[in-house]
Amino acid sequence: MRFIALRMLTADRSKYLGLVFAIAFCTFLLQNQSSIFAGILRRTGSQISDVTEASVWVMDPKTEYFEQTKALKDTDLLRVRGVEGVAWAVRLFKGNPIAKTETGKYAATTMLGIDDDTLVGVPRKMLLGRWEDLQKPDSVIVDRAGYQLLYPGEQERLGRTIELNDHRVTIVGISDAAASFLSLPIMHARYSEAIQFQGQERKQLSYVLAQPAAGITPEQLCSRIEAATGLRARTTDQFRWDCIRYYLKNTGIPVNFGITIFIALVVGTVVAGQTFYLFTIDNLRQFGTLKAIGVADRTLVGMILLQALNAGAIGFAIGTGMEVTFVEIFLHKIATRGLILFWQSVAIALACIVFVVLVASWLSIRRVLKLEAATVFRS
Amino acid sequence: MNAVETRGIKKYFGNGETRVEALRETDFEARFGELTFVVGPSGSGKTTLLSVVAGLLDHDEGSLHVLDADMGALSNAERLTFRRQNIGFLFQQYNLLPALNAVENVAVPLIANGVPRKTAEKRAAKLLDTVGLAPRMLALPSELSGGQQQRVALARALVHRPKLVICDEPTAALDHKTGDAVMALLAQHALSPERAVVVVTHDTRVLEFGDRIAYMDDGRITQIEERPAVAEVS
Repeated sequence: MRFIALRMLTADRSKYLGLVFAIAFCTFLLQNQSSIFAGILRRTGSQISDVTEASVWVMDPKTEYFEQTKALKDTDLLRVRGVEGVAWAVRLFKGNPIAKTETGKYAATTMLGIDDDTLVGVPRKMLLGRWEDLQKPDSVIVDRAGYQLLYPGEQERLGRTIELNDHRVTIVGISDAAASFLSLPIMHARYSEAIQFQGQERKQLSYVLAQPAAGITPEQLCSRIEAATGLRARTTDQFRWDCIRYYLKNTGIPVNFGITIFIALVVGTVVAGQTFYLFTIDNLRQFGTLKAIGVADRTLVGMILLQALNAGAIGFAIGTGMEVTFVEIFLHKIATRGLILFWQSVAIALACIVFVVLVASWLSIRRVLKLEAATVFRS
Repeated sequence: MNAVETRGIKKYFGNGETRVEALRETDFEARFGELTFVVGPSGSGKTTLLSVVAGLLDHDEGSLHVLDADMGALSNAERLTFRRQNIGFLFQQYNLLPALNAVENVAVPLIANGVPRKTAEKRAAKLLDTVGLAPRMLALPSELSGGQQQRVALARALVHRPKLVICDEPTAALDHKTGDAVMALLAQHALSPERAVVVVTHDTRVLEFGDRIAYMDDGRITQIEERPAVAEVS
């Protein structure tokens, strides 16, 4: 009876396409919004992930997420270094100085000051120039998005100068730093220079980056540092999740995206459910005829489920294809770089579509099971 | 043994003050090898009787034996299997599945009985040939005339070799000439010593094809007319 079910489903092309595309757009919206949502949250910790050499971040106990830093004392670096199990520890500065170009364009930036001697935290993926050139005096590395923000429409080239807190610095490299949450230009400079660009404050040390000695896990080291110094120590992954949790808890982002995802689910369920239900109503006489001929209810239920699953599977595949195309297009745009279709988004959308299909099937199955076979004798 | 035998069956619809007695102690018989017409005005209970006999509706009182099976004693599942294996249907509006072509439509009862699709379609094609539709086998119902559709429906009613064929106003949607042709085909192909045909109709023009005519009114069989066989008349 499977071929009969599928023929019934596809006989009216316009209705079939309507059903499939209702599910496809529902899938697309669910995957799209959940992916963008997850992508935005991932950006909150992208500067943490960019530091690949150190696995432990040490900070003031009041620091909750990357953007919100309470400066440490310079002596804290020495205290961390003194903790047993620390292979090495270096300082990291994070500030937001204003950059001004020769043409007068202004932009707030995210300035990361990295250890002068080791350059731990320097962007390893360079698009132009060498990260080692950061050793030159008054030099900065800027990310591509930042460069294009400061020099819109202009060719990327090294050697240009920008002004940071009355300091004239030279761009010695363009990096492929991960997109930040605030979309500010990401600049890297040596620690000793970066703190000058920010303006004088009594304490400047934002973070201490540390690496455990052999045989010690980052988690163990965090515990030791916290016990020994009273500072807060988090592994890279823990700190990234701290940032995500902070934004989830303290911003309207999840609510806004949640509403869109919820609307997509409701609209998808209603449209797909109604279209499928109307399809069943249109075919009620056919189901009645099959009932009269002696086709069992469970076979009819199987036919309806097959029809719904077919429309659901094809709609899901088309919707996923649309989302993949969307991601492929916007992945290469500066503003939306790093956009990823998370497998979790696909899984969530799949679960939602299964829900939509089951609701649509349930409505139709109820109608068909209630149908009296004797109705076929009514003209 | 009669193919269908009802004794004092009653069928009610609704409850309380709105209750309607659609069948009132109806006695009815249909014999093997005969075409029995059930005629009567609208609302007389013809279709209800047909639905009860076919096992599509439960009767409330009385006894109903179809092909020697006590329908009242069968469970829903048993009745469904009984219907699938033993009864063929011919409807007023043909009730063909519009998405399937003629041969696929005819094959449906066989497929429902578990016959593999290829075998079912082979048998369906043979039967379509016998009702003169071999050239239109792959046509969709929408591409067929009313008479052709009813011939496809007739083939579908017979393809699984049922012992009872139940027809509801099979000529009502057809002109006189086409209706006669369909009835002739029904008499030619459906009637056999081991099969009974019951036809509900308003169309008195086709009564000449019947062996017996049961007149119904107000939920009862009021008169039964035996018609002499053509051979006897001549």
